[in-house]
Amino acid sequence: MLGYIFKRVLYMIPTLFGMSLISFLIIQLPPGDYLTSMIATMSDSGQAVDPAQIERLKEIYGFDDPFYIQYLKWIWGIVSRGDFGHSFEWNQPVSGLIWGRMGSTLVISLLSLLFVWIVALPIGIYSAVRRHSIGDHVFTFFGFIGLAVPNFILALVLMYFAYRYLGQSVGGLNSPEYAEAPWSLAKVGDFLAHLWIPIIIIGASGTAALIRVLRANLTDELHKPYVITARAKGLPEYKVILKYPVRIALNPFVSAIGWVLPHLVSGVTITAIVLNLPTAGPLLFRALVSQDMYLAGSFILLLSALTLVGMLLSDLLLALLDPRIRFN
Amino acid sequence: MTDPAEDVVLSVENLSIDFRLRTHILHAVENVSFELKRGQTLCLVGESGSGKSVTARSLLQIVDRPGSIVGGRILLRTGGEFTDIARLDPDGQAMRAIRGRRIGLIFQEPMSSLSPVHTIGSQIIEAVRLHSDLDKRAARAKTVELLRQVEIPNPDQMADRYTFEFSGGMRQRAMIAMALAGNPDILIADEPTTALDVTTQGEILDLIKRLQVERGMAMLLITHDMGIVAEVADDVAVMRFGRIVERGPVDAIYHDAQHPYTRQLLASTVKLTRHVEGRVPAVAASSQPLQPILSVRNLGKTFGWHGKTNSLRAVDDANFDLYPGENLGIVGESGSGKTTLGRLILRTVEPTTGSVIYRDKIGGEVEVTSLTKKELRGFHREVRLVFQDPFASLNPRMTVKDVIGDPLIVNGLAKGKALEERVAELMRLVGLDPMGMERYPHAFSGGQRQRIGIARALALDPRIIIADEATSALDVSIRSQILDLLLDIKKRLNLSFIFISHDISVVRYFCDRVAVMHRGKIVELGEAEQICTAPQEAYTKSLISAVPNPDPRDKRMLHRHRFVAPVS
Repeated sequence: MLGYIFKRVLYMIPTLFGMSLISFLIIQLPPGDYLTSMIATMSDSGQAVDPAQIERLKEIYGFDDPFYIQYLKWIWGIVSRGDFGHSFEWNQPVSGLIWGRMGSTLVISLLSLLFVWIVALPIGIYSAVRRHSIGDHVFTFFGFIGLAVPNFILALVLMYFAYRYLGQSVGGLNSPEYAEAPWSLAKVGDFLAHLWIPIIIIGASGTAALIRVLRANLTDELHKPYVITARAKGLPEYKVILKYPVRIALNPFVSAIGWVLPHLVSGVTITAIVLNLPTAGPLLFRALVSQDMYLAGSFILLLSALTLVGMLLSDLLLALLDPRIRFN
Repeated sequence: MTDPAEDVVLSVENLSIDFRLRTHILHAVENVSFELKRGQTLCLVGESGSGKSVTARSLLQIVDRPGSIVGGRILLRTGGEFTDIARLDPDGQAMRAIRGRRIGLIFQEPMSSLSPVHTIGSQIIEAVRLHSDLDKRAARAKTVELLRQVEIPNPDQMADRYTFEFSGGMRQRAMIAMALAGNPDILIADEPTTALDVTTQGEILDLIKRLQVERGMAMLLITHDMGIVAEVADDVAVMRFGRIVERGPVDAIYHDAQHPYTRQLLASTVKLTRHVEGRVPAVAASSQPLQPILSVRNLGKTFGWHGKTNSLRAVDDANFDLYPGENLGIVGESGSGKTTLGRLILRTVEPTTGSVIYRDKIGGEVEVTSLTKKELRGFHREVRLVFQDPFASLNPRMTVKDVIGDPLIVNGLAKGKALEERVAELMRLVGLDPMGMERYPHAFSGGQRQRIGIARALALDPRIIIADEATSALDVSIRSQILDLLLDIKKRLNLSFIFISHDISVVRYFCDRVAVMHRGKIVELGEAEQICTAPQEAYTKSLISAVPNPDPRDKRMLHRHRFVAPVS
């Protein structure tokens, strides 16, 4: 087992290297760079642009270097001293900007994952065991709504609801009065009060998808001979179902760890913008638009790393859960 | 109604079970009555769909929805009292106390009837603790003891293993241990050996019988195999279409059957215990020495890297000849390499070593192992394959005409009206009505589908047909029909057959010569009658003696040869 983990971690290194290369390449693909987009903005607003200054900036930022030199400089900085480069737009080191955002992204991801699990598990089991009952149809109906309605619309609806009927300040993860305040019990309470909207919205489609998957898997498992064996032993019905078929149908739940993180970053960027969440999505989006390449590249690299870790975790958990995987 | 006799533990009276389907009500079981007596075995025999499994499950009230008991009583003796199981709530405490504690259940698929993600031990311990107040340690000790009783070696270590680390026979032993965990006085065994090899089957039946006698249990054994019935039954009930058509002591059923269905069932079983009548082997019949149509020399297949310890010699140095008009049988247990051998000849699996020489229509010799892809297609036109599973081997989205005509279209041999005529001709040849040409496979029964598969194999006028377990999935009465059909077609079209099977009786009936395979090697090759009546090799002897004999007056399995494989 330890050898397996070691091997997996070892495999992650070339994968990460490839990902960093590809992400850097993609960021470089659109014509121009940060300076051209800055010049365009400046001339739009009627400011004079000094060609000499542009030359000087170009030299500082190394825009004249060939692609691979720029890449190597950047990656060497990360590996040797944890320096992810400089954000042009924010005029700050990238690492300072990134960690706060990654932290909130992780918190929201994990909480959404928990939400998805807690809601999808009982509903999925109920739907499979009482297939075609009224309850199953109701859940199926809401499940399809969860899948079909775009997240940002759901976000707008919930924000309106929270503001109009609960009198909450909406958007972000803190009310304005706590935004700059140090952490206290009251701030935590305020944080939690804000948290439910993004978690429900981000979790909605995942929950719906997982309910469908669990329902389908469990329906297949429920009529397997080993379930009849368990019943013939004299086990009570709830134990028959929870201990045997559910255990086996649970694999997609664990696999969800692997996909929830990339989904959260790439899939719900619009939602995060609508909700004004301090997560990675909106910042990454802005960095891409303004061609703030080191910021965007670093984000993509870190997210890839997190995704790989998520995949590893879900694979390890799967092996723990299912001996058939462990032994092969 | 009077109470049943003293030694009756369970008495089923006029039991009826209905399945409420969307369009109609299916009477799966109607008015079934039987009794289980202490220390005695009742065999419930019938072909697929006769309702025998549903009857067994109803005794535990675990019939799947939408099935439900609609009439009759199931009386279980508890001391001097009788409990009517049919009246109990399926989810209630009283019913659960009977499951496992009073009635144990073993059933068919040893592969899937145990949970793959829990250890064998934990599943048995659970059953032990459910019906006693033993603590974990004592329950484990009892589990190990149970595993010892079912003859699992190293029971203490094996308890911590998972099912997929067990062989089929071992799993079935574990399943039996679990069924015995609650010390039941009734054991239901639903086709307990159907998925097992014949020698393993013999051992498992021995074991069940021994445990039954030791514990004085009443047993209900459900099977489709009249041979097994003759070996183990005290009483027999024959089921057909949800009704018991005949019931009586085993000797009376076998030697004085009253009902025509019982007689038919027995006749088709007995028919398969000897070679087909009135036929001289093709090789002996011809006056001049024949050239073999197919010669296999030193054929071998190694999976995995050569020479490594984990490499597997699936087929090891196989040699045989197939003569024109001959039926050559290849028998062996699962994993013996018989299926791989068939595939090597067709080169759907590439051989590692050896040669296959095919003598074509004009007498030229073709080395199959060195054919190019294109030449191989020509070879495949003349050597066809018939598959085992008549349900999986036909594309459900193609009509019968498409299925049978497909080889003709692929090879560009016929289309339009000509194709239709050829398909009709083929269907008549295999005994199907050409009117059914436009229908889909699901409209046909298992036997009819196998006929479709045979028609497809015949479409290109082949010279050799390789039939891989072609009758294994069929009921015994259908099985002999299909075999007779193949014999008839063979005579008319002058075909040669390579007939791969695990079923010795089928091979004995159908084949002129038989090759016996064991662990990738052909251990014995000879005339079918000689192999089946006077086998020479130790392995063949054990294989033949493990085949149940459908005559209760001559129980063969009780004094069978045991073959201990030499350590390789």
